[in-house]
Amino acid sequence: MATMTDTTMPTTPRAIHDEMIAFGIMTALLLVVPLTGVYPFFVMQALCFALLACAFNLLIGYGGLLSFGHAMFLGTAGYVSAHALKVWGLSPELGIVAGVAAAAGLAVITGVVAIRRQGIYFAMITLALSQLLYFIYLQTPFTHGEDGIQGIPQGYLFGIFNLSNPIILYYVILAGFLFGFLLIFRTINSPFGEVLKSIRENEQRAISLGYKTDQYKLLAYIISGTLAGFAGSLKVFVAQNASLTDVHWTMSGEIVLMTLVGGLGTVFGPVVGAFVIIAMQQYLAGFGQWVTVIQGAIFVICVLTFRRGVIGEIAHYFRRSL
Amino acid sequence: MQALYAQLLVGLINGSFYALLSLGLAVIFGMLNIINFAHGAVYMMGAFVAYFLLNVAGIGYWPALIIAPIVVGIFGMILERTMLQWLSGLDHLYGLLLTFGLALIIQGVFQNYFGSSGLPYSIPDELKGGMNLGFMFLPIYRGWVVVFSLIVCLLTWYLIERTRLGAYLRAATENPTLVRAFGVNVPRMITLTYGLGVGLAALAGVLSAPINQVRPLMGADLIIVVFAVVVIGGMGSIMGSIITGFTLGVVEGLTKYFYPEASNTVVFVLMVLVLLVKPSGLTGRAA
Repeated sequence: MATMTDTTMPTTPRAIHDEMIAFGIMTALLLVVPLTGVYPFFVMQALCFALLACAFNLLIGYGGLLSFGHAMFLGTAGYVSAHALKVWGLSPELGIVAGVAAAAGLAVITGVVAIRRQGIYFAMITLALSQLLYFIYLQTPFTHGEDGIQGIPQGYLFGIFNLSNPIILYYVILAGFLFGFLLIFRTINSPFGEVLKSIRENEQRAISLGYKTDQYKLLAYIISGTLAGFAGSLKVFVAQNASLTDVHWTMSGEIVLMTLVGGLGTVFGPVVGAFVIIAMQQYLAGFGQWVTVIQGAIFVICVLTFRRGVIGEIAHYFRRSL
Repeated sequence: MQALYAQLLVGLINGSFYALLSLGLAVIFGMLNIINFAHGAVYMMGAFVAYFLLNVAGIGYWPALIIAPIVVGIFGMILERTMLQWLSGLDHLYGLLLTFGLALIIQGVFQNYFGSSGLPYSIPDELKGGMNLGFMFLPIYRGWVVVFSLIVCLLTWYLIERTRLGAYLRAATENPTLVRAFGVNVPRMITLTYGLGVGLAALAGVLSAPINQVRPLMGADLIIVVFAVVVIGGMGSIMGSIITGFTLGVVEGLTKYFYPEASNTVVFVLMVLVLLVKPSGLTGRAA
């Protein structure tokens, strides 16, 4: 991944300092959103996708592994949480735990298979695995096929917080997002994250230094898949449905697009990218299939002229790490 | 038994498409180091060009079999000249992302104008009807598709493995700088290679038009199966791609007969098994 190295600088105290300030600004902005009259449903949806894109970015941006099947974690956790809430009647927190556990299990199984090949093959394998899962969900009865699971009860989180109140739901989703984001931030700046970056830069050298790189990549994949599943479970409370769209390869493509637009291998890029793409989908909803064409065009433009993404360009301009 | 043979035939036909598409992917990957995600989209374009030729210009199946791959191949070469060539030297992943974007654009535009339903394309008169082989009824068109695809695959293999041009091509795959030093125009060869790979996909599209109808998304799901085929077979060998393609088509056909619920997924399951047993793929030369 030699081409991406210039966007990420070594982790220095100053870099961490910059990132903490940026994190403070982002959190403050997100905390006041309900007061500004912005449609909260939009922001909640964007937050779920932002967490998803951050989880995806952990793998590509820091591990150099392009997963083209991350929708499978989103969809699996969504289906399991939805089923647990609606059919088993579990409380919201247990529903989330069930969904996240399912995603983690899926990540272990698919990770063992996918990690066996590198680079471009890894992308094709994850895509094929998610397509396999798509067909399974299409045929198993509990997902209700084309209809999906609808009318999911939101309930009371920990028996106290009424999630059918949009304001309370917003802060719960925000808390979930910040928890996931900080977990990823911690992972990137841990010794584990440093080894991961070294594998991205030069796997052979990391091996020669005695690191069992396959284990590191597998663990990164599992963390990424589990957190993507967490995003999927949170999304169930916002959308109140779980459907095949969330498992389809077009969703995996959108996750890639969000991260690419925001900046691969940047801490805040995926968040910005998710907001940009979700906002675009909202505003262009009336244009039907042209949205697909526009997304394709953004892919092409980003790859040809804008490989650092929004945050990557800003960070590069100010010579800072964001 | 009739049904079994019928499913075997369907499997062989799908196998022909897998072989033609994975062959093109392998050739393109060898020269450009790019996994062409737009391969499903150009396959669809091949079918649409044949459809337009018939309904707008009144040009029938046989000329379309030659014209459509050339038209789509030229389109591919324009894409290579204007965009893909700028990615050389970058990580493989950017090629995948760029061609994924191109696939979204192409499929989106066709979906806007033609919706998602299929447009009919009739079988040419010469290939209508069928033959009774005693043990099964063989629709002539379907038999033709299998035989013709096989011939095209073998010709491509011959071109690359046995001719002087193919030798340049293989040499440029190994070491482009050295081949350029010998005075071979490598960038032009790369462009032509992309055109060839894309043309093969378009040819598969024309062949499939009378069987599967012409739909904007006809290649979208197919390309993912072909990726799995490529992972199973590896992209190191041309003959490997051809054999793997046909074999997996037949396996899929057999699954449709014995356990239809798994027919959509069998190729992916096989991919998982191959990765667990022999991670480098069946031909074993892949990275």
